[in-house]
Amino acid sequence: MSKANLLDRRQVVSALLANRKDVVAIGGLGASTNDITAAGDHARNFYLWGGMGGAAMIGLGLALAQPKLPVLVITGDGEMLMGMGSLATIGLQKPSNLSIVVLDNEAYGETGGQTSHTSAAADLVGVARACGIVDSRAISTMAEVEAFAKAVHDVTAGPRFANVKIDSANVERILPSRDGTYIVNRIRGDLGFQPI
Amino acid sequence: MHARADAADTAPNWHDDIFATLQRFDVRQVPYVPDAGHSKLIQRVLGSSSMRGIPLTTEEEGVALLAGAWTGGQRGVLLMQSSGVGNCINMLSLIPILRFPFLTLVTMRGEWGEFNPWQVPMGSTTQGVFELSGVKVLRASNAAEVPAVLEAAAAQAYNALTPTAVLLSQRLIGAKVFTK
Repeated sequence: MSKANLLDRRQVVSALLANRKDVVAIGGLGASTNDITAAGDHARNFYLWGGMGGAAMIGLGLALAQPKLPVLVITGDGEMLMGMGSLATIGLQKPSNLSIVVLDNEAYGETGGQTSHTSAAADLVGVARACGIVDSRAISTMAEVEAFAKAVHDVTAGPRFANVKIDSANVERILPSRDGTYIVNRIRGDLGFQPI
Repeated sequence: MHARADAADTAPNWHDDIFATLQRFDVRQVPYVPDAGHSKLIQRVLGSSSMRGIPLTTEEEGVALLAGAWTGGQRGVLLMQSSGVGNCINMLSLIPILRFPFLTLVTMRGEWGEFNPWQVPMGSTTQGVFELSGVKVLRASNAAEVPAVLEAAAAQAYNALTPTAVLLSQRLIGAKVFTK
């Protein structure tokens, strides 16, 4: 199954968040949320445990509310496929501070490794570009990941989309908080909003 | 279009009453799926300097969008039609989990003189679907009660974090007629 020269998901996410500064990071339902946790728990991490398909739209709502903050969605190919229409919605709104990274292992790793559409048919970079996200990249090297990580901080030039081919190895689960209210209120507090 | 509205029940400006309430509650993001019953309100939103109208490809996008908006400090309202409520069911689970203010305005089909049988199943279960999902339901059946219903709904959604749907009845909007 596993192909040569594919990137390691934890290395990719660590590189994306290594110098995160004020970035708000949103994980997708599944392993990408664990990857964000593995890179270090943070007050500006949004961990998704349900609502599959919603990660990019949560990112859009946040990016529109906070146009000067870099907002980075890191999700998986299965989660992105479920919310593929949201790429059209984002392409229409063109939030310049929103970046989306898909960790694409061409499989549903959480549920037994069933093959996903990206393995043979669906080209998410092509979809994103065709939906109006002009800066849509296919990434296959760590140098490209690092260049993308820098670009995330430019809140004037997005939206941007990257599909990163990763290997399908199962890695240790590192689980963040499951308390959604805590997760949201922690981000809000860090952004300076008081409890109601 | 919307022929056969009950003349006595339908004032032309109930959309303006809704818009004014949303403005007063500082609503900023207005995701919507295009809908004839909401068309005048959508025009007001798209012409507004304080609100952003956000067309969706499917209604559940709007639920996730409002979660992100609240996390970033903004309020929003989701505009949809009764048939779109069914598209939202799993995403509605985010509301109690994340505890963000949720207000949706739903134009009803499948009731009060409906001519299209395909609208009836979802229109008939809209209220039940919301209630099973933990969303409180209020209804406006005529133009005169729109301001009070909107005020109550916005207050409990935004001030008390009580997820609320306002059903704008087909009697208010006027039943769609394609047939002779």
